[in-house]
Amino acid sequence: MVRFWKDYHSPTTLDEALVLLAHYQGRARVVAGGTDLFLDLSAAYESGERPCLDALIDITRMEGADALVEQDGYIIIGCGVTHAQIVGSPLIQARATALAEACSVVGGPQVRNVATLIGNVAHALPAADGTIALLALDAEARVNEPMRNDKSQMTNDKGWRPLGELFRGPGESTVDATREIITAVRFRPTGEHAASAFARVMRPQGVALPILGMAVKARRRMKAEGGRMKTAGTGLPQRGPVEQGPRGPSSENDGGVRIEEIAISVGPVAPVPFRASRTEAFLSGKEWREDVLEHATQVLLSEVAPRSSPHRATKEYRLELLPSLLSETLGMAIERLRT
Amino acid sequence: MPLLNINVNGQDHAVEIEPHEYLASVLRERLGLTGTKIGCDEAECGACTVLVNGTPVDSCLYPALKADGARVLTIEGLAGTWQGEGDASSASAPDQPHLHPLQREFIRQGAVQCGFCTPGLIMTAKALLNQNSNPTDDDIKTALKDNFCRCTGYISVMNAVKAAAVQVAGQTHVPGLKPGTMKLETGKDVYAPKLPETKAPLAAVGRPLPRLDAEAKVTGAAKYADDYVFPGMLFGATLRAKYPHARIVRIDTERAKALTGVRAVLTHANVPGSKNHGLIFNDWPVLCYDKVRYMGDAIAIVAAETREAAERALDLIQVDYEELPVVDNPIDALKPAAPVVNDFTGHGNLLKHIHVDKGDADRGLAEADIVIEREYHTPTYDHAFLEPECSIGRVTEDGRIEVYVGSQIPYEDRRQIAASLGIPETQVRVIGTVIGGGFGGKEDIAAQIHVALLARATGRPVKMLYSRHESLIFHPKRHATVIRIKTGAKRDGRLTAVRAEIYGDSGAYASLGDKVMTRAATHAAGPYEVPNVKIDCYAMYTNNPPAGAFRGFGVTQSAFAVESNMDILAHELEMDPLELRRMNALRVGATTSTGQLVRESAGLVKCIEEVEREIGDCKLQIGSEKLEVGNPKTEIESEELPDLRPPISKFQSPTSRAWGVAAAYKNTGLGGGAADKSGAEVEVYDDGSAEVRSSAAEIGQGLPNVLAQIAAEELGLPIERVRVLLSDTDLTPDGGPTTASRQTFVTGNAARFAAKGIRELLAETASERLEAPPDKLVFRDGFIESDGRRVPLTDVVKWAKEEGRTTRYRHEYTAPETRDLGEGGDMHFAFSYAAQAALVEVDTNTGRVHVLKVIAATDVGRAINPLALEGQIEGGIVMCIGNALTEEYIAEKGRIWTDRLAKYKMPGIKETPEIVSCIVEDESSTGPYGAKGVGEISSIPTTPAITNAIYNATGVRVYSLPVDQDKLLLAMRAGRKEIR
Ligand SMILES: Cc1cc2nc3c(=O)[nH]c(=O)nc-3n(C[C@H](O)[C@H](O)[C@H](O)COP(=O)(O)OP(=O)(O)OC[C@H]3O[C@@H](n4cnc5c(N)ncnc54)[C@H](O)[C@@H]3O)c2cc1C
Ligand code: FES
Ligand code: FES
Repeated sequence: MVRFWKDYHSPTTLDEALVLLAHYQGRARVVAGGTDLFLDLSAAYESGERPCLDALIDITRMEGADALVEQDGYIIIGCGVTHAQIVGSPLIQARATALAEACSVVGGPQVRNVATLIGNVAHALPAADGTIALLALDAEARVNEPMRNDKSQMTNDKGWRPLGELFRGPGESTVDATREIITAVRFRPTGEHAASAFARVMRPQGVALPILGMAVKARRRMKAEGGRMKTAGTGLPQRGPVEQGPRGPSSENDGGVRIEEIAISVGPVAPVPFRASRTEAFLSGKEWREDVLEHATQVLLSEVAPRSSPHRATKEYRLELLPSLLSETLGMAIERLRT
Repeated sequence: MPLLNINVNGQDHAVEIEPHEYLASVLRERLGLTGTKIGCDEAECGACTVLVNGTPVDSCLYPALKADGARVLTIEGLAGTWQGEGDASSASAPDQPHLHPLQREFIRQGAVQCGFCTPGLIMTAKALLNQNSNPTDDDIKTALKDNFCRCTGYISVMNAVKAAAVQVAGQTHVPGLKPGTMKLETGKDVYAPKLPETKAPLAAVGRPLPRLDAEAKVTGAAKYADDYVFPGMLFGATLRAKYPHARIVRIDTERAKALTGVRAVLTHANVPGSKNHGLIFNDWPVLCYDKVRYMGDAIAIVAAETREAAERALDLIQVDYEELPVVDNPIDALKPAAPVVNDFTGHGNLLKHIHVDKGDADRGLAEADIVIEREYHTPTYDHAFLEPECSIGRVTEDGRIEVYVGSQIPYEDRRQIAASLGIPETQVRVIGTVIGGGFGGKEDIAAQIHVALLARATGRPVKMLYSRHESLIFHPKRHATVIRIKTGAKRDGRLTAVRAEIYGDSGAYASLGDKVMTRAATHAAGPYEVPNVKIDCYAMYTNNPPAGAFRGFGVTQSAFAVESNMDILAHELEMDPLELRRMNALRVGATTSTGQLVRESAGLVKCIEEVEREIGDCKLQIGSEKLEVGNPKTEIESEELPDLRPPISKFQSPTSRAWGVAAAYKNTGLGGGAADKSGAEVEVYDDGSAEVRSSAAEIGQGLPNVLAQIAAEELGLPIERVRVLLSDTDLTPDGGPTTASRQTFVTGNAARFAAKGIRELLAETASERLEAPPDKLVFRDGFIESDGRRVPLTDVVKWAKEEGRTTRYRHEYTAPETRDLGEGGDMHFAFSYAAQAALVEVDTNTGRVHVLKVIAATDVGRAINPLALEGQIEGGIVMCIGNALTEEYIAEKGRIWTDRLAKYKMPGIKETPEIVSCIVEDESSTGPYGAKGVGEISSIPTTPAITNAIYNATGVRVYSLPVDQDKLLLAMRAGRKEIR
């Protein structure tokens, strides 16, 4: 067995972890589940490099790393929380559905049982599933600060930065994992009249990365009049041989779903996980109708720049997928708003 | 070294370990718990799954120190968690009360074949049952998504989990249901194993008996090569080529030799005997001396005290190369100006040009009312057997060489090892270990010669284990092909001619390339009577990995072309595609493309009729009329169809569904004039038990049962009294290669005749005592009977020995003679036939294809063991779904892109369709009890059935495999009618 690291530490506090990182002066690295890191190391080895770290700093046993709580109007997730824990959390399922959906499709149970959400963020791939969901949830991340707002720091929101600031390029984070630790992410749970959804497209052959993933968070404005809303969906925009889909906007006024606020994230369509801000701007305040969706699709296509990636997907294919993915995720989110 | 505190299977351990060790290696190497298997080392395959504090994790990438203080459960500890059976004596007690219900059900449902995936699957399923005692199919598919099995096709696995759940629930939740009972109140076994209908069984033959080796496989006791450890054992590593094609200028091993812990570094100069090896063509360097011809070529080998030292030594070997131009496809290889990769045959890159000629193809095409002319492409495929290659070599005290290896051809290994060591074959003993899947990929030499050389050089045992990465780069693959084919027919559908050119990429060395391509060519007219046939097939050397045997043996490729053309023909003629096939089907009285008269055992028409009937039963029709895009034929009752959506997303994609059909045939046995022999020996003992011995490999297909059931049948013994010993060249006679679906037929016959020999011998002894003529004696239930009087077999064995007889009998069986291609007459002594229908669903938003259901009718002559047979059929179909939809091995200019399992997706449990299997038993007069081959036939027609269904669903014809959803969607959107 190749030796990729010489020492393995499992600090129990953040301070201890930071001291260790400082001690190794950039020759140690943070590890959580290792599902990206260990494969990166062996891939480097197989391509002729000879990586060897002085130490791994396993951050999953730090006090507070397992936080998955609702506090002060935020859901806070610590850096030791695994995909499996997120999928199994009733809180996330109800109040951050997109994240539960995204985490549920990552790997298989064995991977989800060890892979952390924050590891997914730190790996900084533009198509990372959990990351895309977090981006649509307007998540913020905290670096080298305690995982939770403990009582003494209750009013102190120190160190929370928008998630988008963490990404520099494909696989490249602005957080240096040899010196820094992303300790937690937080975001507002979707409240009343709000919902989120995630969907992605995979391909069985070639690179084992999603071809395209998308997350949507939407909040509706309630119409003044009460009463039951019409829930008729009359099929998706037709393209090719399409059966009648169960969801989608009506071509007529759909009885009251007006989008007040919307967030859409998608990847890979840029070097970093991407927020479709122009599409968001277009959709906000609009009624959920077929012509609106069609228009939104055009806006989306104009603001993204997907590329062809060898053994994974062509640019043309991604462009074909975007409209149906938008209608799928948006449709799911709106459907959830209706109920 | 840090101390790891860990509780494994209820026992506390404090183990000193290195900080960089993963849990799997601590379990396997430090604690000796080798039931946890390593299939990939990349968290892809799930074979290494263990439970850490109750949750399943891939132990191959789980740092051992992360488990400090944890409870770990491995397969070895599973049975101990089950205290179900208090009263093992009660009538309802299961056969193996000491096993966990999951283990029992994996055995009973036939969910164990090679067994390499089994511990991981069972452990993952155990975690599922801990949380969910009544899992649905969807729950099981979600839980077992990342546990890959290459053998079973997963249906038996699902059944096993469900059946076990009932028992686990019975113990813990459902009051009144006795623990361990599978029977519900009606007395009906609701979770009876899924079995096809077959002929009435004999005493042992024809019965669905569970595998003899299954218990060892479900408990983790079965020993695969990497599970062996010898005192003083060294670890080997191989330096592979840096370029796909280069001249070797200089090799310098001095620095590597000087490294601490290194005991030997060997190059070609240290190969005393034959510098090359090879199954038929001796063209493959043991260690390269003049050139490297592909990235998997071995240049030097190292043995060292630790794996790490061996790996590090590789970095210190200096090789100077002179790069040469690369040939990366068979068509370029044939061009006159192409650089020569391997001139072993003296014809440049041409390994073999194969002709098949019957009648006058040009005239046949001229006479046709319609000619379909198309070009098809199939890529390279990897066997992806779950167990990577491993060999161990050692020198015995008397100076002989022993090699432990999971090989498909032990005697061939012995021959090649001896040749390269320059010693007599009798000085070499090859000992077959349990094999974690082969599918044709373990016929060639891997490290067998290398470990023998290293053991001789060091005087110590040496183990060489390939990583998945190395396995993918090194071992021979399925040939990539380009097939240009013309099919001519009359307006009524009668075929008049087939003319084809086939280019096969045989890679850097011959392996079995010429044989594989011969099979591709001889089967290139399909299972039909075609009066005029002309096939030109070129097996070419290139700088890609060698291509050799792979389940289907070339026929998988040509069947895709043939059956696609047949489907196009049916559409053009507006004929029912099954009717077109029935009309032309090979049947008794017909002549094959090689001029062989079909005299018997040709069940194709019956297979086609079975498929037709089953489709009818599904209230479905095959679209025989032209289907336009936007007008998919979907006359199905959607409730019947399984829901394959992911668990949370409720979104329903628009889909298009349709059926497609295909047929196929495949030879049993080597054929082509080769002497097809197998030896088997049967011995009966004083205690009335018997042992069958042969060096024939069990690669998961179920050979031990076939041999045991045959011997039990002949000797009238209960199956438990028969043992099977395979693949030890000192103890078992040569059974020949495990290839060409031949072992049931050839070694089955050898065992049968050997058992008959013993039976006659015992009958003579018994006839005196019973005063009855030997041929009137009946062997039954461990007794020999005549006219109501009987004597126990044990007594007869004793008497026979007293008479000075040896109660052992060896038989070398030779299969009916065959003729070489071109000579006419019988090229093969038997063929198996199949027809299949596949129901596919195409997601019209993404182009993603799912196979929902497969109907498979297979003519196997006679089912010796219906449970094992069903496993072969289901496994073959699912493997072929991979061939059609998910798998592709990619090399770019000779450099390997597919160098990890993550880049090679074999079908997982989510890809498993519903399978309806119909067995046709059109007996072969020379096969044992009428049996013929089954290992390959089921995996051949599935691909074209799927691609034909895709056409029916979308209007897009697939000319190139695997089906790429990217291209499919773009074609559908653009209204293009084909993808290539
Ligand atoms: C079989 C398999 C299938 C997979 N499928 C998918 C998939 O479908 N979709 C998908 O998105 N991903 C997938 N992955 C990738 C992977 O599981 C995820 O990206 C995972 O979330 C990474 O988390 P981890 O805890 O394992 O990270 P690690 O591997 O431990 O770390 C990843 C990187 O981030 C750094 N790091 C980790 N934690 C921190 C932190 N708190 N602060 C700073 N740096 C940190 C590490 O140094 C490392 O560079 C798959 C992986 C495997 C093996
Ligand atoms: S997943 Fe661990 S060995 Fe394959
Ligand atoms: S039995 Fe599953 S891989 Fe062989």
